[in-house]
Amino acid sequence: MSAALLSPGASGPDVSPGSARSSGSSSAHAASGAPAAARRAGRRRTRRVLGALVLLLLVAVGASLTWGGLTGEVLGHLGALLGLPGGEESFVVGTLRLPRVAMSVLAGVAFGLSGTLFQTVLRNPLASPDVLGISGGASLAAAWAILVLGVSGAAVSAAAFGGALTVAAAIYLLSWRGGVSGYRFVLVGVSLAFAVSSGLGYLLTRAAVDEVRAVLVWTVGSIGTPRWSAVGLLAGALVVLAPAVAVAAHRLRALELGDDLAGGLGVRPDLARLGVLAVGVALAAVATSQVGPIAFVAFVSGPIARRLLPGTGPALPASALVGAVVVVLAELVAQHGLGSLEVPVGIVTGLVGAPYLLWLLATLNRKGHGA
Amino acid sequence: MSGRPTGERSGPDGRQPRGHDPHPRSHDLRTVGLDLAYDDRVVVHDLDLAIPPGLITAVVGPNGCGKSTLLRGLARLLRPHAGQVLLDGHPVHRLPSRQVAELIGILPQSPVAPDGITVADLVGRGRYPHQGWFRRWTSTDDQVVGDALAATGTADLAARRVDELSGGQRQRVWLAMALAQDPDVLLLDEPTTFLDVTHQIEVLDLLTDLNRQRGTTVVMVLHDLNLAARYADHLVVLADGRLVAAGDPADVLTAELVASAFGLTARVVGDPVTGTPMVVPVGRHHRTPSLVARDLG
Repeated sequence: MSAALLSPGASGPDVSPGSARSSGSSSAHAASGAPAAARRAGRRRTRRVLGALVLLLLVAVGASLTWGGLTGEVLGHLGALLGLPGGEESFVVGTLRLPRVAMSVLAGVAFGLSGTLFQTVLRNPLASPDVLGISGGASLAAAWAILVLGVSGAAVSAAAFGGALTVAAAIYLLSWRGGVSGYRFVLVGVSLAFAVSSGLGYLLTRAAVDEVRAVLVWTVGSIGTPRWSAVGLLAGALVVLAPAVAVAAHRLRALELGDDLAGGLGVRPDLARLGVLAVGVALAAVATSQVGPIAFVAFVSGPIARRLLPGTGPALPASALVGAVVVVLAELVAQHGLGSLEVPVGIVTGLVGAPYLLWLLATLNRKGHGA
Repeated sequence: MSGRPTGERSGPDGRQPRGHDPHPRSHDLRTVGLDLAYDDRVVVHDLDLAIPPGLITAVVGPNGCGKSTLLRGLARLLRPHAGQVLLDGHPVHRLPSRQVAELIGILPQSPVAPDGITVADLVGRGRYPHQGWFRRWTSTDDQVVGDALAATGTADLAARRVDELSGGQRQRVWLAMALAQDPDVLLLDEPTTFLDVTHQIEVLDLLTDLNRQRGTTVVMVLHDLNLAARYADHLVVLADGRLVAAGDPADVLTAELVASAFGLTARVVGDPVTGTPMVVPVGRHHRTPSLVARDLG
């Protein structure tokens, strides 16, 4: 998925670059020059930040593929894929590392977008699908499918997807009081997250030890060694959801101003909010159904992107890239950073995310509001 | 339902629009037997009201009389409990929201800007109804936003963050956003709240410019009766969710009306600057015998 596809106004028609108005010094053009100049400056900054994030992502991907002196093998495998002479397929690169890195990027994009959509539409930095028990719903449903139904493979993924949707729908319905407020949505979500976690604990205590291991990856999130079909599924889902994300990004420009102003601008707030939440839930559910609930990625991506691009709204393309970078780097640490011990990626993101949550709570208290 | 207004007193007062010709921007906005309610609590009762096109209308009334609710109903933010809001004869709730947003703009009381947003970005959001999610920013949008900033004297704030601005600057920025939406009817809920007297006058002058230069129909809820009488062509007085009076401020704003609608003893004199009615409240501690005698007298 390209960043330009999602970008709200970063690309597209613009006044011709370098036009006379850009100087802003002529008093006759000062009126329209000021906002145009401000907009252009913002756009330049957006492009620079997105460029830097793409570069960082490429470096992280390169490092993940070539870690341990595999540069030659990676180049050989890429050569073989492109049909170049001298190319040689590599099992480690083609079957282990490439799908793992591809899945990391895709899952990061999905979580990053999902969290940012949630946090923006609910006007609350705590409102991300991993904090609100939506990812937890996927874990519970997956554990239930493995332990109670005794299924495996795609059926577990389907159950996880359904679990995320169910919890999301439950939060929406339980927090509905003639409309949905961000605060109530978050409270209901956090309480459901606890309920879901208890359910998971109950299932695990009555499970046999060897089954628990299969369930474990569904409780912390793990990329492991995905099949190309799973990578393709997630990629396909993201392509299908991309137009919906673009529409959601556009609606958010009005919704961010509050319900009355959004209504005055021609948006039906409740309908638009439901739509944005549905896109966010779909992204989180489809990613979780493939890699499990990788903790805190959805939660941290949006705020980091906003910090990089202050005052530009939800910054969805940047959030997607931040999510991808976070997951790829965390997966790199999970695979190689802890000596010979390989751990699920969700453990690494959890270690990074928890201090961030504490920092967020501390600064929120100082500011005195939740946004 | 006939679709025709009832109640002659609520019609335009016959005064010609000042300083501009009758304008294609003029739209007929009226309510017919309108009830507005939150859940089942009816706040506005059986209201027949016509907004005179191309003029400035001020809505006044005691706290909790349904002024803001009426404004939200006119802007289709609130669905009628009974009756209708008609825009050029069509029930406003059946029109596409986008189409209504191109004609009617609303500035709620104390709106909240998104965190860290710049003035240029916020004002640009006013262009929302004129854009599709596929049709992005154009040079026309830049031009309109530039004009809106210039008209409100906020052009040099374009790159600033809204949360760094003073109250007066911020209110002008919100007005710029409403201007960028370029509606033919602009509804404002207490646009002068929290502003000192200088900035109150500045905002009201700005709205008068907007009305005279663009022919925009302005409907504003105001607390200050004297400013309402001074700036409005048409005064609507609500009490307890019902229409008490509507018409030229000079005809409407009398001591009897202030007593019946606000429960306030007051004298109404001529504004020394404009000659419009000026309400001078009496208050419990100032009912000197001479005044009382004169009032009774």
